[in-house]
Amino acid sequence: MENLVEIKDVSFTYGFRPVLKGISMTVPRGKVVSIMGLSGCGKTTLLRLIGGALRPRRGEVRVAGRVVNRMRRKELYAMRRKMGMLYQFGALFTDMSVLENVAFQIREHTDLPEDLVQDLALMKLHAVGLRGAHNLMPAELSGGMARRVALARAIALDPTLIMYDEPFTGLDPISMGVISNLLRRLNDALGATSIVVTHDVQETLKIVDYVYFMADGAIVAHGTPDQIRNSDKPLVHQFVWGEIDGPLPFHMPGGSYAASLGLGASRA
Amino acid sequence: MPERIVGGVTRIGQRVVNGIWRLGYASGFFLMTLLRSGTSFRRFSLVIKEIYFAGVLSLIIIVVSGLFVGMVLGLQGYETLQKYGSSEAVGTLVALSLTRELGPVVAALLFASRAGSAMTAEIGLMKATEQISAMEMMAVDPVARVIGPRFWGGVISMPLLAAIFSAVGVFGGYLIAVVTIGVDSGAFWSQMQSAVDFRHDIVNGVIKSAVFGVAVTAIALFEGYDAPPTAEGVSGATTRTVVTSSLAILGLDFVLTAFMFKGI
Repeated sequence: MENLVEIKDVSFTYGFRPVLKGISMTVPRGKVVSIMGLSGCGKTTLLRLIGGALRPRRGEVRVAGRVVNRMRRKELYAMRRKMGMLYQFGALFTDMSVLENVAFQIREHTDLPEDLVQDLALMKLHAVGLRGAHNLMPAELSGGMARRVALARAIALDPTLIMYDEPFTGLDPISMGVISNLLRRLNDALGATSIVVTHDVQETLKIVDYVYFMADGAIVAHGTPDQIRNSDKPLVHQFVWGEIDGPLPFHMPGGSYAASLGLGASRA
Repeated sequence: MPERIVGGVTRIGQRVVNGIWRLGYASGFFLMTLLRSGTSFRRFSLVIKEIYFAGVLSLIIIVVSGLFVGMVLGLQGYETLQKYGSSEAVGTLVALSLTRELGPVVAALLFASRAGSAMTAEIGLMKATEQISAMEMMAVDPVARVIGPRFWGGVISMPLLAAIFSAVGVFGGYLIAVVTIGVDSGAFWSQMQSAVDFRHDIVNGVIKSAVFGVAVTAIALFEGYDAPPTAEGVSGATTRTVVTSSLAILGLDFVLTAFMFKGI
């Protein structure tokens, strides 16, 4: 199967702090692939590299066969027209109504008549179940609704690649179920490819085809959801089953407890 | 002791280097805004929307301040001029003070506080809530779509606000000098008409306010765009906009006045 995204030996640093250390992965066309890992392990940075918002220090990122990190601004923008991105908290434009948010990209990139633009935006909103909210402002939406509107906006131009940055963060179980269901259904209906960056394990494992597990800037495990669920790697096991102690200890290393409390020989 | 001296010199050096770097970055940002202004002129409705936010919504503070400044000028002018028996010249004093200096400068200071700070906060919050990043990922250039229209909206609004400030100020002076104190209305207007020169006073005032408009709007937009994406970062950027804009207005006013009125 042809890969839509190919990442080869990518390293990235913020200042002198290494964030990604020789990452390699592939995302086949039509699949939903998840990148999981603890907060701060470099998942979002990886998405930003795929979108061309950042450039790697070493290695290459290919989307549809073209090297993203060598693209000029015009080429990058042409590529992004075929991408959709859902941000952690939606990132809706707060000065625009729900309908205007969804219509924004269509207006910016096409010369379609206004009636058609509105109809297309309403169709996208209908797909996420929020056609009835088209006149509301973002401040009037709940977190789950804002995420659905952002999803409608992300698919406004029928992208070939949809990227989700922590789509389930802060959602109640019903909203989480709705978003995860939409994510899978829209991917299949549009014939798109999706990359989901998340640390919400159980919800994600239900809907994705393949998982890359990251820790400390590197991929430490990858496989199908079942392989990840049954992984015998201690860190993956601790993460998937939410165990309090394991390779990531409950207590942050901090010297002797007794010494911290001023007990022991010196005090006696 | 030598270590402390070295540390102090290092810190000063770092601040100077950072300051120069930031100035260069701001200049690059300003240049980029100008180069990517095509969208603003192709879709002028975007600029008109910003003229409404920056200009129309600043009208109340401009009109009220202009009226009071004009009334104070009328009172002070009359108080001084009557000692020399030339109280009719109060119209000239009010008009020249407003068109040459107070109109452009005070209107620009008010514009920086009202519209400049709002622009910085808006752009800073757009950045903090990832709206700017989202726009970039939608292949829409935020400098062309967000910054450009706001820049031109501010630049166009500023001379209009300064003109309104001066006009209302003259009316305030008239209310005090003619209506309240009883200076002759004909003398008030005719002396003003003969003393105020269109080229030297009105046009120079408009040029000043346009320059202030460029400076204030560019500073406000840069501070917003460069603000760290945190609550503290946005509040700091808003404060810097007001402080830097005010200093820039006063500094530029001195330079422009020195060039414009040196021969008079």
